[in-house]
Amino acid sequence: MSKRIWLVLLMLLAPVAMAAIDTYEFETEEQRARFYEVSSELRCPKCQNQNIADSDAPIATDLRREVHRMLLEGKDNNEIVDFMVERYGDFVRYKPALTPATMVLWFAPAAMLLGGFIILVIMLRRRQKALREAAANPLSKDEQQRLQSLLEREEDA
Amino acid sequence: MRRAWVLIPLVLFLALLVLFLKTLNDKKHQQDLAVDPSALPSALIGKPVPSFALPSLEQPERIVTQDDLKGEVALINVWATWCPTCRAEHGMFNKLAGQGVVVYGINYKDKTEAARTWLDDLGNPYRLNVEDPQGSLGVNLGVYGAPETFLIDAEGVIHYKYIGAVDDRVWNEQLGPRYQALIDKAEQETQP
Repeated sequence: MSKRIWLVLLMLLAPVAMAAIDTYEFETEEQRARFYEVSSELRCPKCQNQNIADSDAPIATDLRREVHRMLLEGKDNNEIVDFMVERYGDFVRYKPALTPATMVLWFAPAAMLLGGFIILVIMLRRRQKALREAAANPLSKDEQQRLQSLLEREEDA
Repeated sequence: MRRAWVLIPLVLFLALLVLFLKTLNDKKHQQDLAVDPSALPSALIGKPVPSFALPSLEQPERIVTQDDLKGEVALINVWATWCPTCRAEHGMFNKLAGQGVVVYGINYKDKTEAARTWLDDLGNPYRLNVEDPQGSLGVNLGVYGAPETFLIDAEGVIHYKYIGAVDDRVWNEQLGPRYQALIDKAEQETQP
């Protein structure tokens, strides 16, 4: 019985293992590497959280075929990506181009990190300044007595 | 002074809240979202239908090109027999063709025989059908599924794309007004 369950589970896994395998011939290994590079940078317009290298949608198959065709024609990676953007819009780029509209996207994380550091530095400096001032002006006798009595009251409570 | 700094995150949060609520209640966005949140705007709006040379579905010996789609304001409907939504919208195109709307078909990644049988059974609203068995014209048009419907003017320039089934509501709210605007514009230009 448990053997059967395993069999069913394995069968359920089969489509995953079969996903997106086609046979393409390349003239050079460099072309093959570029094929995987470009197709993993292009987003599938149908199943929108996958790149066209991973997706099993018919349109992803078509787009992989187009990528392969253009590679054999000697087009470079940018030309292939531009071809897709012309037809499917900026959406197909998994790596967004640097345009005025995407400035925030590219630079906001670094800017926030920098901002955090600046705040941290300011806070540390202030604290150091306060410590230095405390060291430079030790407590007077009166103040020391008051501190003592405050601490004792704390202990009693 | 210190108190004021503490309020900054709250103010930012409230600003975002207002922005999101405004976007959510935006009529235009609401319409787009209600239809299909994953629908992509076409990158080809304002551009001419890409050049192609593919056989006609009805007469395989005849080669159709982009020039055959020019001359009148028209719809280009991308359809296939494997697409259930296309069956659902087919009646609407029969109706539109009956009202005098010019509809061209692109039979997308389909089998010739199946497509012909479909047209015999369900009626043929198309002035002509282009056979695109490999989906090559589809790629050039930025098609990523079926059905998709383009609106073109008499010069073959794409003005709008609708993704999904066209029904009365879609026609009345989205395609129809744009179609009428193009017709009106063309009439104004011919009769100054």
